[in-house]
Amino acid sequence: MRTAGSISIWFFIGVSLLVNGLLILGAGLYEWRVTPQNPVVLFHLHAGIWWGALLTAVGGLYCVHFSPRRKERAQ
Amino acid sequence: MIHALALLATPRLVHLSAVDLVIVVFYFALVLAIGFYLKRQANTSEDYFLAGREMTAWIAGLSFLSANLGALELMGWAAASYQYGILAAHWYWIGAVPAMLFLGIVMMPFYYISKTHSVPGYLKLRFGESSRTLSAVSFALMTVLMSGINMYSMALVMKVVLGWNIHFSIWVSSITVAVYVALGGLRSAIFNEVLQFILIWAGSLLIPILGLIEARGWSNLKLQIARNASAEYTHLWSTLGSFSGNPMGIHWTGIVFGLGAVISFGYWTTDFLVVQRVLSAKDLRAAKMAPIIGAAFKMFVPFIVIVPGLLALAILPIKLTGEGAAIATGGHSYNEVLPLMLARYCGPGLLGLGITALMAGFMSGMAGNVSAFSTVWTYDIYGALLHKNATDAEYVRMGRWCTVLGVLISVVTAYIVMQFLSIMDYVQALFSFFIAPLFGTVLLGMLWKRATPAGGFWGLFAGTLSSIGMWAWVKVDPGALAYVALSSQARDMAENMYRALWSFLVCVVVTVTVSLLTQPKPDAELKGLVYGVTEIPSEQDVPLIHRPAFWAVIVGMIFVGLNLYFW
Repeated sequence: MRTAGSISIWFFIGVSLLVNGLLILGAGLYEWRVTPQNPVVLFHLHAGIWWGALLTAVGGLYCVHFSPRRKERAQ
Repeated sequence: MIHALALLATPRLVHLSAVDLVIVVFYFALVLAIGFYLKRQANTSEDYFLAGREMTAWIAGLSFLSANLGALELMGWAAASYQYGILAAHWYWIGAVPAMLFLGIVMMPFYYISKTHSVPGYLKLRFGESSRTLSAVSFALMTVLMSGINMYSMALVMKVVLGWNIHFSIWVSSITVAVYVALGGLRSAIFNEVLQFILIWAGSLLIPILGLIEARGWSNLKLQIARNASAEYTHLWSTLGSFSGNPMGIHWTGIVFGLGAVISFGYWTTDFLVVQRVLSAKDLRAAKMAPIIGAAFKMFVPFIVIVPGLLALAILPIKLTGEGAAIATGGHSYNEVLPLMLARYCGPGLLGLGITALMAGFMSGMAGNVSAFSTVWTYDIYGALLHKNATDAEYVRMGRWCTVLGVLISVVTAYIVMQFLSIMDYVQALFSFFIAPLFGTVLLGMLWKRATPAGGFWGLFAGTLSSIGMWAWVKVDPGALAYVALSSQARDMAENMYRALWSFLVCVVVTVTVSLLTQPKPDAELKGLVYGVTEIPSEQDVPLIHRPAFWAVIVGMIFVGLNLYFW
């Protein structure tokens, strides 16, 4: 939803996914390098890395596609 | 659930790392930022209470679903699936999908065309002031009390899961919700609900994915459940032939007629908490599509709620127990299924997102309650009874104050519940008294033009009274359960189903009888309110793929397919 001069809700969602994705990806990569003392079940799948990467990609896509600047240019 | 959490003396279930805390803090900062940003778009009452009626079908639909998707719902039904198996999915499928489709296709045109601001507002237009007052007062009171109970529940969950101070959780969450809803009104609540909906999925989806990998697929999961519990736990319908044939102690008639036909329709079509989101849609087609989109997503919520409970049955090395046993042994209860599964698979970062998902669920539910309370109080009590000539600016001002007041009453309720835990059961029961009869009144009001104002009021009154009466009867004389719920073996859920069914029938019978004895309104006064005298815009020129009815059929077919697959 967007009204004249307003930021789309999808942009906010993109920001949220992007920031969370980067944090999770970073934590996942750190755990890949430094194995924790008490790893979670299925640790070898490194869910943090691929889930963080997925959230980062989707969030980044939303940030670009629903960017307020892009909207201004389109208008 | 809450009693168990309050009494459990187990140490915290999970420990958050620095990155988890950053994710939680970022979430709070973002929802507040959205509230401040949207303040400038909430100047008129239409903006504040109905988000300017400019939401797309997707936004209204996701918000419609998110307002219901509280964390108590997530944790409670995950616990129920551990306890009762896949039967818990009935509350997501037959207990939601048909009603949501019915709202979109049949009822939404009347809500939308009548331009009402609220469900009590529709009753005013259809049946008059007395019906509106009865409905508005009961709704406002119960909504804000329920919000307090949810707030207290969230604080307790945070205490048990994270070891947080209970007062800290109550005040941080309530101030956050008060700020963003008071500033931006319904638009802010809706924006945040959509954000929360996405976070709930992003934070919860890994549990079933990793769980199914660990269990080596659905077929193996069923085999393990059959070994650890019983094969009955993975059947949706085939065990409902008798009260004693399934873990829930319920008969299929209770599920179909009580849950599927009355409670579900009552909640999804007349509870203003959810209907308000759809009323914010930008046009009639969006208003009709929103509940259908909500229904499509609702069908898949069991994947993040029911499947984790089933996975826990098969995979967890410990046996979860009922509340009493958990307290006595210091073990874990059913209610801790979701946090336990979260801690099992999620490392730093993912754990923070999962906890954020739970908090997002709590806050979306609380914001939904508070914004609905604010609207009903302002339009249907303040504007209708206390200050009939209020200006638009006064409505907005009252709405903002009401939001803060609603949150404060919720906080007070939370503290009262903290002192007297048994109050919670009574408030939850009180809330259930109004849902089923209200559905009878609104349904007859929309579909039967002969229903009169007196019929509407007395039907609603009698239905509510009969529900309270049946509840009190069973409390005083437990033997009455055999009459109210048709079986002395029926459990709480089954009793609720049948009580709802009887109170709905009482409402319908009284409404019809009184209506036939009293003078109906002329057709001219029913235009835009009742089937048969309302011109509903034709969709003949709309391509099939854009028609709500087409998508309702698609969702309906998937719904039938899911029920057959898990039969």
